[in-house]
Amino acid sequence: MSVAVIKIGVGNTASVMFALDRLGARATLTDDPKRVGEAERVILPGVGAAATAMALLQRTGLDHVLRAFTRPLLGICLGQQLLYERSEEGNVECLGLLPGAVTALRGTPEAPCPNMGWCKLSVVRTHPLFEGARSGDYAYFVHSYASAVDENAIASAHSGRTFAAAVARGAVMGCQFHPERSGVPGARVLANFLALPC
Amino acid sequence: MPSKRVIACLDVKAGRVVKGVRFIGHADMGDPAECATRYRDDGADEIVIYDITASAERRTVDYAWLASVARHLDVPLSVAGGIRTLEQAIACLEHGADKVSINSPALERPQLITEIANVAGSQCVVVGVDSRRVDGVWSVFQYTGAADTIRRTPRLMFNWIAEAQERGAGEIVLNCMDQDGVREGYDIEQLLAARERLTIPLVASGGAGKPADFVAVFEQANVSGALAAGIFHTGAYTVRDVKQALRDAGLEVRL
Repeated sequence: MSVAVIKIGVGNTASVMFALDRLGARATLTDDPKRVGEAERVILPGVGAAATAMALLQRTGLDHVLRAFTRPLLGICLGQQLLYERSEEGNVECLGLLPGAVTALRGTPEAPCPNMGWCKLSVVRTHPLFEGARSGDYAYFVHSYASAVDENAIASAHSGRTFAAAVARGAVMGCQFHPERSGVPGARVLANFLALPC
Repeated sequence: MPSKRVIACLDVKAGRVVKGVRFIGHADMGDPAECATRYRDDGADEIVIYDITASAERRTVDYAWLASVARHLDVPLSVAGGIRTLEQAIACLEHGADKVSINSPALERPQLITEIANVAGSQCVVVGVDSRRVDGVWSVFQYTGAADTIRRTPRLMFNWIAEAQERGAGEIVLNCMDQDGVREGYDIEQLLAARERLTIPLVASGGAGKPADFVAVFEQANVSGALAAGIFHTGAYTVRDVKQALRDAGLEVRL
């Protein structure tokens, strides 16, 4: 199986590559639109800020490739946020593969932001990406923005407010948490993604 | 809310895990990769690799070695020690770190916090602060990795943590030096005071000697995480012992 992991600026993409390697996947880290377009499946990892990431995708033409991609696509963390129409972070237009906007979590001493740590997942509908997952599984989150729980949500989590923890519409999927750093439940989500037909 | 995080820190010196008392006089505690894996298996919510003498020796961590640890871990990994440029921070992230923790170099050049946050995001930037009470005020110390380099800075803890947050830090690890290595409990008074001045997560460090110390700091100082090194290295208690105690006290933990 060929997996293209989009090289998008700076971040912990090595963690994603290591996780895919542990699962035996053949993955390539690339920002080449041709290689991404031809991949069997694509992972859009999330790093940095939304506006910076969108600017990078636009500069390489990857935004067009991703909008036209019909096989399984998984956004992780910021990568999930970029799937929506807009983000409040930098007030930027995103890929528009999912309806709605991403908004800021507001930090307080009681509910600090970034939301950094292991949150319980609540599964809100069955989906192949969450095969074997259960409500109460913990996943590792690091984020300051989030999307609402709408009809595309697979799972939700809560910190200050309830937000979408995993989403899917057709072949477009996202995890607000980091499956590559979420122990066994995270590895299961990645394995499920790798097993989806394409 | 996220569950309370128990963070196992590997204090590394010359490729070995060490443990010192009040930062001075280090004893060999074992192999870092073995320790990291054991802590992960015991339920550690995060692993920190801290190269304690890197900053004082004007060098940074060994990237190949970092990658060899990161490759096997499926929990978050932070790296601390001698990261003083944006390029070094990026190299750590590209070799498998999820976060970089900066301490002395951030005091040398606070703009470093903003530079890393702008490029990699605030969530990647942890600012470590070494603080102890001097003449009644919590004062920030620098180059605490070795007895002959440690020095007091003119900065006050309250001002510095607020500035770090303002500059883009995603988390503060407050190491309370009066407590460090003596295992008599976290500095709850200082941590609670710090907590009230921040909207980003605060992690307690310094002083853990038994599971009840973790219960106390989470219940009384409302921190997001508690970091410890020596208590786990010696095998006196496992991460699981600590998390069980937290659960028994009614706190939410990932077990």
